[in-house]
Amino acid sequence: MSAPAPQDGRAPAPTPGAPLREARPASERVFTAICVLALVLPLLLLLVLLGDAVRDGWPRLDWGFLTSYPSRKPESAGILPALVGSACLMGLTAAIAVPLGMGAAVYLEEYARPSRLTALIELNISNLAGVPSIIYGLLGLELFVRAIQWGRSLIAGAATLSLLLLPMIIMASREALRTVPHGLREACFALGADRWQTIRRVVLPMSLPGILTGVILSLARAVGETAPLITIGALTYVAFLPDSLQSPFTALPIQIFNWVSRPQAGFHTNAAAGIVVLLVLMLVMNAAAIWLRIRLQRRVS
Amino acid sequence: MPMTPTLSPAPNALPVSHQSASPAADEPRVKIHTEALRAWFGPTQALKGISLEILSRRVTAIIGPSGCGKSTFIRCLNRMHEVVPGARVEGHVYLHGHDIYHPAVNPVRVRQKVGMVFQKANPFPAMSIRDNVLAGLRLQGIRPADPDALVEKALRNAALWDEVKDVLHRSGASLSGGQQQRLCIARALALEPEAILMDEPCSALDPIATGRIEDLIHELRRHYTVVIVTHNMQQAARVADRTAFFYLGELIEYNDTDVIFRTPADRRTEDYITGRFG
Repeated sequence: MSAPAPQDGRAPAPTPGAPLREARPASERVFTAICVLALVLPLLLLLVLLGDAVRDGWPRLDWGFLTSYPSRKPESAGILPALVGSACLMGLTAAIAVPLGMGAAVYLEEYARPSRLTALIELNISNLAGVPSIIYGLLGLELFVRAIQWGRSLIAGAATLSLLLLPMIIMASREALRTVPHGLREACFALGADRWQTIRRVVLPMSLPGILTGVILSLARAVGETAPLITIGALTYVAFLPDSLQSPFTALPIQIFNWVSRPQAGFHTNAAAGIVVLLVLMLVMNAAAIWLRIRLQRRVS
Repeated sequence: MPMTPTLSPAPNALPVSHQSASPAADEPRVKIHTEALRAWFGPTQALKGISLEILSRRVTAIIGPSGCGKSTFIRCLNRMHEVVPGARVEGHVYLHGHDIYHPAVNPVRVRQKVGMVFQKANPFPAMSIRDNVLAGLRLQGIRPADPDALVEKALRNAALWDEVKDVLHRSGASLSGGQQQRLCIARALALEPEAILMDEPCSALDPIATGRIEDLIHELRRHYTVVIVTHNMQQAARVADRTAFFYLGELIEYNDTDVIFRTPADRRTEDYITGRFG
């Protein structure tokens, strides 16, 4: 308004910033609101779920619950065998699935020349990641429990879960391998390194954060898997700890499933407490994945 | 000619009398020569039969418009072309008279003898400056007897020592673009190569950093054979003893740099260096 009058007949100089001051269009605000809602809603649901489980299971959430064996009496039943079983299962599954998955990913990304066969394999891997987990359970039952005659053992369970995780680990590892710039591989070759030396000394160390994140996230999913373990016949009442690969076992989700299906209210409280433990375990694993990624990435770059 | 895969200096490498101003001890000899070198990317032919002699302890520039095959050419000189999926090479490249494309030759060994510096500086980000210099040896699993001396020598030869001697433990990625490129040169020099190939090493650098690299190339020429691809004709004129002009996958003209820039024999060379195309 107070702009000096123009001397030369040109349009008056506008107030600084005036034409830029304009309300953002309503459509943009609506879209932002939808996005925020989409973000908040699942978080809210998770909080409600966790809060509900904590409230229901609160009376049983103590050290004794974690260190006791299951019992006919709900107030003295604990989840020790399930917790140990889940831990053993995760360790074994990782031991089987990680080397296989990383090997497959390294082959597909670094060695395989593009061909119809590799394209077919790639397509199948993405498809396998979407197969319902109960199908893997049926495969595990037929293959590991019956054909190989491992029975309803820890190793059969771990092998079945490995099948389930392999596609996820392969895809996460390939994604991580792809983030290593092509120029670094060329630099290695130009220095007289062969392919394996390049992969071992440069490509794998650089992609390790991504691979580990993928592995932990898949394991976090596996720790909650129930269907395949029920299919292969994991026990629901186990009053001992697994002592060998052939040992029968139970796992957290199976124990929870068992308690939920009991009529007594006391067992429902146990189930709620078990759910809290399982959720905390998964959140811890996810947090570990994020922490590891940030830490390793800082070291790399 | 014996086709041994060892690539040791051959007595039968052709002596070429050239540049009479040079002292006799520094008489240029052919370090690398190519014969009917052809290269493809899938169905596309990028090089159409290049025969060229690269002189020892001289700087040879390869110039030409984009897509003329100049990068492909030098990537054939250390068997880097075939790293690209679908890429293929025919013809011969001789290092000291030994065919590096002989079936018994391991391409990995060739690359240990003929170093390469790329357009985009590519130090290993997860390694310190020191480890970057040693990377070539470490990758091959070799433990040098005196790594510190080797690091200092390579960095001095790459004119980088004074700038980084106090920060050798810092990441290679912490350096400026020009320093990163000199680090890559030091990394190549640490392997004591027979020749160094540079693929537009200054195209991502500012004029000051470019000047540093050009000075360095001048220094390197005392001990090394350098082949540099550049799209900057002034740069070719400044650093190169010999210049080759490539056009559409063919070698149009190859001569002393002065001759190429003052009295080119071919019309296309003249058009290119006077900026009429490219």
